[in-house]
Amino acid sequence: MTMQQKEHPESEEIYVCRCEEVTLEEIREWIDRGYDTVEELKRVLRVGMGPCQGRGCQDILMREIAKKTGKSITEIEPATVRPPAKPVRIGLLAEEGEK
Amino acid sequence: MTEWKNTADIVVIGGGIIGVSTAYYLALNGMKNIVLIEKGTICGGSTGRCGAGIRAQWGTEMNCRLGIAALDIFEQLDQELGMSVGLNQGGYLLVAYNEKELETLRKGMELQNSLGIKSRQINLQEAREICPGLAAEDAVGFFFHGRDGHADPFLTTFAYLEAAKRLGVVCHRHTTCTGILVENNEVRGVETDRGTIHAPVVINCAGAYAQFIARMAGIEIPNWAERHEIMITEPVAPGVCPCMLMSFSGNYYIQQRPHGSIICGMSPAGHPEDFENRSTWQFIEEMSKTLVRLLPRTKGIRIARQWSGLYDMTPDAQPIIGETDVKNFYHSTGYSGHGFMLAPVAGKILAQHIAGKTPDIDFSMLDYRRFARGEHIRESNVV
Ligand SMILES: Cc1cc2nc3c(=O)[nH]c(=O)nc-3n(C[C@H](O)[C@H](O)[C@H](O)COP(=O)(O)OP(=O)(O)OC[C@H]3O[C@@H](n4cnc5c(N)ncnc54)[C@H](O)[C@@H]3O)c2cc1C
Repeated sequence: MTMQQKEHPESEEIYVCRCEEVTLEEIREWIDRGYDTVEELKRVLRVGMGPCQGRGCQDILMREIAKKTGKSITEIEPATVRPPAKPVRIGLLAEEGEK
Repeated sequence: MTEWKNTADIVVIGGGIIGVSTAYYLALNGMKNIVLIEKGTICGGSTGRCGAGIRAQWGTEMNCRLGIAALDIFEQLDQELGMSVGLNQGGYLLVAYNEKELETLRKGMELQNSLGIKSRQINLQEAREICPGLAAEDAVGFFFHGRDGHADPFLTTFAYLEAAKRLGVVCHRHTTCTGILVENNEVRGVETDRGTIHAPVVINCAGAYAQFIARMAGIEIPNWAERHEIMITEPVAPGVCPCMLMSFSGNYYIQQRPHGSIICGMSPAGHPEDFENRSTWQFIEEMSKTLVRLLPRTKGIRIARQWSGLYDMTPDAQPIIGETDVKNFYHSTGYSGHGFMLAPVAGKILAQHIAGKTPDIDFSMLDYRRFARGEHIRESNVV
């Protein structure tokens, strides 16, 4: 076993996005294929598209892109923020409208 | 970063599903030196914002022919492109709320059946077997086609892109077309913010922006852009809405994705034509009311995200495909809210034509000059 494998043994995958179960390895693989923006990684892997909307993973994603492309983290565009800020129940909204 | 060359054999403008699939089929048909330019990132336009429904239940013969041919391609696309496109064929269940609509849909079904599309009229009980928990008591009729469904718009576009790249297509992102070079009424290439690309063939696949690209070559098309809103819920257990539930007069489409989220949309009153992808509170409120009315068990499900995108409309809601008054300058645009599903066949037939082959479907009637000639009949089956 090489050092590399010891650090990231295949059986122990590192999940960057827990909502959509996306691993660090998948992210690195797609950045290498040229998908080096947050928007494109989101579209191809669904990373950051779960209920938490990327709160847990966007920073890691941006850091990986910066590392691989040699850009500074400030040059990496974050994903578009979409409403609602927190998941809302459909029933609640439907009732609101009745008033 | 891909190497920049100032010549190409063909330039495709637009990195949505239409541009990407067209580039792929051009390469597949033996064309060389194809360059695709996209002002932002791939799938950043309407394609990445769409509902990604696929259906053959249309009201005009041309849309039916394109729809069923596209389904044939989608069904073997994973193998062809070597990557999953997330196709899920849960069928489309169309809901009619009045006699006039019922009649229109019935006529559509007869046309579809005559073209080999096996759509059928069903009753409320059958509709509930397909879509458990459906509470559409106020509906007057239902139509169903089991081969309809949806695919993942991102994966489909990226699968085409990766396959196109393997065939030698060069893709320049972050490259904006700023002008079309025309000499003696023939296209000569494109100007971009990164330099000029000389090319004897140029294809305009700029979606809602195609009208502006056309104008750069002195061509007017009667297209306009409408904003449409859409939202998605958190993933929940399957079975909430396994088919695409859609109504034209009811103004909605709803479907649960294999991944568990429910995606749904309706058209805001007035269809803002401001090119802004804004989302409104009124939309999620209206959409929530519709959901609870139709599928009461969605009440406790939470909305994760809402957004909007542009429909690239034409006066008859059928696309514009073909050469323009400027020789070798082509359009493939005006998909009027159904360009995702038509992309496989649209890309294929235009590529066949440009490669000098006989296209699988004769698309000469989709010429943009039909509007000036007053020869267009409007598609009825649209939201
Ligand atoms: C809310 C919503 C729901 C929808 N639902 C469905 C559905 O269920 N089924 C379906 O089939 N269709 C649906 N559609 C329609 C579908 O999204 C479009 O018809 C389709 O994506 C059109 O693809 P396109 O490649 O022509 O356009 P786009 O994806 O918009 O691609 C055009 C590209 O051109 C680029 N571009 C523009 N100007 C320039 C320039 N000057 N230089 C370089 N590049 C430029 C843009 O950045 C863009 O990426 C829906 C659309 C919306 C908005």
